[in-house]
Amino acid sequence: MASTTLTPTTSRTYRDFQRPRWQRMLLTREMAVVAALIGVIAFASVAVDNFASSITYTYLFLDVAAILLIALPMTLVIVTGEIDLSVASVVGLSSVLTGTLYQAGLPFAVAALLAIAAGAVAGAINGFLVTVVGLPSLAVTIGTLALFRGLAVGLLGTTAITDFPDSWRDLVTNKIPGTPVPAIIVLVVVLAIVFGWLLHFTPFGRGIFAIGQSKEAAHFSGVRVGRTKLILFILSGTVAALAGIYYTLRYGSARGDNATGLELSVVAAVLLGGVSIFGGRGALHGPIAGALLIGAMASALRLASVTSDVINVITGTLLILSVVSPSLLAWAQSRRARRRGKKEGEDPASADPRPAQAADATVARRSTMGEEEQ
Amino acid sequence: MTAPPAATPAAPALVLDGVAKSFGPVVALRSGSLTLRPGSIHALIGENGAGKSTLVKIIAGLYQRDAGTFEYLGEPVDFGTTAESKGAGIAVIYQEPTLFPDLSVTENVFMGRQPTLSLGRIDKRAMRAEVVALFEQLGVHVDPDRPTRGLSIADQQLVEIAKAMSLDAKVLVMDEPTAALSGVEVERLFGVARALRDEGRALLFISHRFDEVFDLCDTVTVMRDGEYISTSAIADTTVDRLVREMVGRDVTDLFPKTVAPVGDVLLEVEGLTRTGVFHDVSFEVRAGEIVALAGLVGAGRSEIARAAFGVDPYDAGTVTVAGRRLAGGDPAAAMRQGLALIPEDRRRQGAVLDSGIARNVTLTIRDRLTRAGVLTSAAENASAREWAARFEVRAPSLDTLAGTLSGGNQQKVVIAKWLATEPRVLIVDEPTRGIDVGTKSEVHRLLSDLAGQGLAILMISSELPEVLGMADRVLVVHEGRITANLTREEATPEAVMYAATHDVEVAR
Repeated sequence: MASTTLTPTTSRTYRDFQRPRWQRMLLTREMAVVAALIGVIAFASVAVDNFASSITYTYLFLDVAAILLIALPMTLVIVTGEIDLSVASVVGLSSVLTGTLYQAGLPFAVAALLAIAAGAVAGAINGFLVTVVGLPSLAVTIGTLALFRGLAVGLLGTTAITDFPDSWRDLVTNKIPGTPVPAIIVLVVVLAIVFGWLLHFTPFGRGIFAIGQSKEAAHFSGVRVGRTKLILFILSGTVAALAGIYYTLRYGSARGDNATGLELSVVAAVLLGGVSIFGGRGALHGPIAGALLIGAMASALRLASVTSDVINVITGTLLILSVVSPSLLAWAQSRRARRRGKKEGEDPASADPRPAQAADATVARRSTMGEEEQ
Repeated sequence: MTAPPAATPAAPALVLDGVAKSFGPVVALRSGSLTLRPGSIHALIGENGAGKSTLVKIIAGLYQRDAGTFEYLGEPVDFGTTAESKGAGIAVIYQEPTLFPDLSVTENVFMGRQPTLSLGRIDKRAMRAEVVALFEQLGVHVDPDRPTRGLSIADQQLVEIAKAMSLDAKVLVMDEPTAALSGVEVERLFGVARALRDEGRALLFISHRFDEVFDLCDTVTVMRDGEYISTSAIADTTVDRLVREMVGRDVTDLFPKTVAPVGDVLLEVEGLTRTGVFHDVSFEVRAGEIVALAGLVGAGRSEIARAAFGVDPYDAGTVTVAGRRLAGGDPAAAMRQGLALIPEDRRRQGAVLDSGIARNVTLTIRDRLTRAGVLTSAAENASAREWAARFEVRAPSLDTLAGTLSGGNQQKVVIAKWLATEPRVLIVDEPTRGIDVGTKSEVHRLLSDLAGQGLAILMISSELPEVLGMADRVLVVHEGRITANLTREEATPEAVMYAATHDVEVAR
């Protein structure tokens, strides 16, 4: 064959990555959050009385466990460019269902399994409305947020079911022997491994990123866009229901208004962890660190007798900073590049591609493209 | 370093000299130079990746240069945003216009600077009157009150030109405006361009079509590998010389078609119908054959291809690949049967621009690269490295974002991604649109080789020389129906154009 194009040539070689391994591993938004988490813990351990104690850690884990659980599937949903705001209502619904079914005489395990199934159905409803009917997930899940919460409160009224078997309660809240870590964290770790594998090491996960980056190109490449999203919404509902059972057992109380507003904490943790709200970018360890960071900060501030209003203000400011910082960095970088270009005039090729800013350039480019080419 | 002006001695409207731009380690423009004069239409040509688009984006204020000088109307300028360059009188018209589809033509022309009455009310009457006057001046017949959604690309470009004129643009840049236009539309656009030139405006025209460059322009600047090569008067140069300057070598046989033995039917489309788009489309493509789907832009060729592949739904008919009927509307199923589609719009449909080269190339074969349920970057990179080297994709590393590559290199990535699926039937939609001569003949040679290896190829093309040069058979589509099925011998330019513009069923 006389062709030049079909014969492999050795004229061009490619590096696997632009940056060395340590830079790719460490100089990322996710690792910045991990560093912030370590910083907060270190600072609080020294500066806040009683922070460095096992009881603090136990309560920290108990508090963030539900957020951590729900943040796992939420990360995948947001990477596709969608969002699920109904998760906290599913927590409430699952809590009420577990309580009423158990009170009606079913064994606790059966009641819990039925509640989880209900969560899957709730997720399927969201997924159906988004993928088959074609509505925006923001609108759909705000609607089902109200709907599922309404069902939960309607089922049980303002009463609470508080009488749950101690064996089950101990199962989630008891500490792993020799550590301050409650048993629920085992479930969190197992699911984190499963979702990490799903997002980062499977063809399904590559499809998730492709959808978030370009839905149309993904569709043209044989990625089943609708089915992928439907599966993710079902996973989101299922895990939210699981978190609902945890919530019920941890507080020993099934109430319709359990976990009201939790969806915002979950979304905050995911975005703080470096997942792009526009989809297409993120890594699972980011949201995990994000949830722990928010939890650790709140815990430290509470111990330092700061009121919850102030804690909310600090958390909100942190979240906005984390969302805004990539754009600011890109802007600063382009300013610097221009000034340097004008001064030195020559050899722009030597401009060192800074860590973490390749991604920022993407964000910047996306916004200019939206302005100029769409 | 710029060559002496060819046509007019007037002071230049715009001078760029030694302009450079890079994105991280990717150098898009090494040293770009350009001098535009009032009353002149200046052509800018070069292979993909030569830096033409980057230069235009610097002129438009979308990118900021890293080095070099930029003078506009004799003053050094430094546009930080597109608004600044627009305000100064530079208008850029892109291949795909950027109008607001739900607003009226008039509202689009005045977007962001509507004339107002007291209390900030918008003066709709004044707006409309000016648009009518502009359209009259341009000799354009577009309803100023209709929404721009549904306007042809040609009409949308004219709206953009009207917008530029209402801003009294001194410099008008047209980035491959004719790529998606039919012959008549191109003529109309050229008429408008000449009228603007005669008013004393400076025009920059980017095109890959030499006949257009020679027809329209008076001066031509050639770029190669991000550098300025030459500027000459059209009258003093020839196509051969320009091609040599563009590629830095001689390009022989543009259509290296070799005849391959024809085998079994691999793609069979029977009675395919999508109401209002195409109707009762039937054809077959055999192993070793290149079948062209010719016709005017908008005849429904891409829609037929997309439905056959499953990206779009269809209402009736069947698609059979190698004897197995495909479930409609499922690209993944089509891929499993060995069907591949290299789509028309590589930026939106072909490549995932925010993703790296490796992830792009392996997106179609990610299932195959998975071992024991685990897909690793190492497996993707190993596969992508081979494909990138095979097509000589210009990039430093495999995680270089596809969006930072030039058009030709993006197209190479898209072709690689589909050949990686080892298809039996390949549908290519405008495979050489917006591609330079060098890469173009590479693509043609590749298609010819693939047919020789026994692939069945269905090629959609708007370029008649490409259709006639490459195809074993030509199917002509007119208004959603196949109006002719011509053999290589029967396919003359006249026969194809006749079928493309007439309803008569010549064959089938």
